Amino acid sequence: MLYIKERPGENIVVRAARVLDPTEGIDATLDVRIDGGMIAAIGESLDRNEHRVVDGAGLVLTPAFVDPHVHLRTPGREDEETIATGTAAAAAGGFCAILAMPNTDPVVDSAATLGALVETAARQAEVAVGFLAAITRGQKGEELTEMAELADSGAVAFSDDGVPVASAGMMRRALQYASITGRKLALHCEERSLSSDGQVHEGTVAAELGFHGYPSVAESVMVERDLALAGYEGQPVHLLHLSSADSVAALRRARAASIEATAEVTPHHLVLTDEAVRTLDANMKMNPPLRSAEDRTALIEALQDGTIECIATDHAPHALHEKDVPFEAAPFGVTGLETAFAVVHTHLVRGGVLPLATVIERMTAGPARVFGLDRPRVAVGATANLALLDLEREWTVETFKSRSRNSWLLGETLVGQVAMTIAGGAVAFER
Amino acid sequence: MTTIRLVRDDLRPPDKPLRRHCISIADLTRDDLQRLLGTARTFETALDREVKKLPTLKGRLVVNLFYESSTRTSSSFELAAKRLSADTLTLKSAGSSVDKGESLKDTALTLGAYDPDVIVIRHPQIGAPQLVARVTEAHVVNAGDGKNQHPTQALLDVYTIQQQVGRLDGLHVAIVGDVLHSRVARSLIQAFELVGIHTTLVGPPALLPRGMKVPMTTDVDAIRDADVVYVLRMQQERMQAGANYVPSLREYAARWGITPERLRPGQKVMHPGPMNRGVEIDPRVADSVDALVETQVRSGLVVRMAVLYDVLTGGPVGVRALAAAEVA
Repeated sequence: MLYIKERPGENIVVRAARVLDPTEGIDATLDVRIDGGMIAAIGESLDRNEHRVVDGAGLVLTPAFVDPHVHLRTPGREDEETIATGTAAAAAGGFCAILAMPNTDPVVDSAATLGALVETAARQAEVAVGFLAAITRGQKGEELTEMAELADSGAVAFSDDGVPVASAGMMRRALQYASITGRKLALHCEERSLSSDGQVHEGTVAAELGFHGYPSVAESVMVERDLALAGYEGQPVHLLHLSSADSVAALRRARAASIEATAEVTPHHLVLTDEAVRTLDANMKMNPPLRSAEDRTALIEALQDGTIECIATDHAPHALHEKDVPFEAAPFGVTGLETAFAVVHTHLVRGGVLPLATVIERMTAGPARVFGLDRPRVAVGATANLALLDLEREWTVETFKSRSRNSWLLGETLVGQVAMTIAGGAVAFER
Repeated sequence: MTTIRLVRDDLRPPDKPLRRHCISIADLTRDDLQRLLGTARTFETALDREVKKLPTLKGRLVVNLFYESSTRTSSSFELAAKRLSADTLTLKSAGSSVDKGESLKDTALTLGAYDPDVIVIRHPQIGAPQLVARVTEAHVVNAGDGKNQHPTQALLDVYTIQQQVGRLDGLHVAIVGDVLHSRVARSLIQAFELVGIHTTLVGPPALLPRGMKVPMTTDVDAIRDADVVYVLRMQQERMQAGANYVPSLREYAARWGITPERLRPGQKVMHPGPMNRGVEIDPRVADSVDALVETQVRSGLVVRMAVLYDVLTGGPVGVRALAAAEVA
């Protein structure tokens, strides 16, 4: 289900790093030896064996990250991102695997379109890429895609991300049919008759600035609907980019009722509130919008207690000229692959809000579990998918591997930087 | 749960010195506002002379860039600039390269090449003045951006109230109608707060924006307590078909229209124009001696003269723009 360009497995010894894999229960200063791309030994003072030696002193070695929500803009908008640039950006952010959304032009709704992506990824991807296919043809919400053939052709899951599946009846049919594929539906929850042309969270900021409100209830009523349908059909669902406290409460109730539902949250919803919109910076414009301080707190709590199992960037590259317009005219979305760990580390880990181990779990094992992927791990016999992190390093967000630069963190100083990423047994990024 | 510092609340606007703009009332201090009102008063006195032109801005270039139709605001700015002897250039979106799909940024860059001293902009999208301020060297005056701000309207209204009622502090103004779609209301609320005027918002439930931090009521009888009733235009052009903010204009007029019966004798009535007679305002009210609509228009001229003068000549306290983010 995941595709990466072929490279020989490397021979590396990482010396004396703090090795942290919460899922494996490791947190100790150790050496890790990689033989031909596989983790061969974890211990103290390991033999070098003619391997390349990477000094890990003062650094943290963790499983590399998995991003379940990326827009690679290919096919159709290769000026904004390609598989090559998007996966290079992912590698720079410490990711060994990413999942790409199907809202491209054309939409990934046929085996032919998916097949072309898979072929390109197998030649160009710097880190492993999986592709989601659409739930409905053209994401129009009218006809189901040929999910069985798409699953056979490599689709990891199904999503109409970018637009909601408006009709409850269509959602039910999708849940029923997806069951034969063993793949999940990943749902963009938005009731369009409530969000209408809203751009900013409905609250004091939108009221004072004159923006049409996009109320949190536009998300939560759809979350409630989809969870009810998932429960009725007994099918699992994954909720994309949750933004509101009401949605979190609905998810908690559903999970308590044994409905198989998972969810993700983005770094920007964890760190910002709608107050940031007062800057009128078009890089503060996302869908779902930044919400209230109470919503943000609920999201952080849900991530901490595991109700929300993963952090997802919703990396959404846009051409510079398309964002360099008045806020109201700008498209929704911001990039995030290259800053995700650093910004969460800076504002939540260093801020004392979330433990580092929790963040690592929610960026590695969490998303892998949700989509049934192999979990990146620090364990003998596992393929080397590792991130070497310098938690003390201060850096300013200026340049990107991504082809786009619509980052809400442009010019900001962050603490904590990815020093090296090993993906699929080979070095994919090195500073 | 640990208290979380709101990230970025200390980041913008940056404290680097900014060119003087007039983009939002939120950027003004009480002193700025008082100074502007004082300057406007000076100009009004000057306009009583037989020759009304002042040499103050001779040789300066004021560009009026209007992306929305406007009669009173564009003519008022143009005349204000001319009364101060500035050169003026007025561009309306129809018939310009905007029709050919030119972006606001490119239009602003093109106009910026003429080194205008001031660009007055009206645009249907929030944030347009900030963009112009970022990409040109001109002082930017906001003549209305989407539903966000219309600062010179608020200034002229405060000036009108000061001249007609004689005081500002402690007054009570009821703003009635379609607050949701009104940039005038947003600028007024901020300006009133600066000068100590109490505001009550009155209108249909769906047209009172959630989260506004001033008293709101759907009961039109609340206008009885006000010294001034400020009537907003029912902005039909902003009403999406089928949005159902109100069932009909007829019902709106019956329930919230300002009629002589709903007013106390002597209560002043204001309206930013253009009026929909028979909808938000009864024609008898519009034509009564207590309606200040024409005074507002006259105030608009001197207040806009004051704004142009102020951004160009400066004073100890700046009219600062809400800083737009630098996009490299």
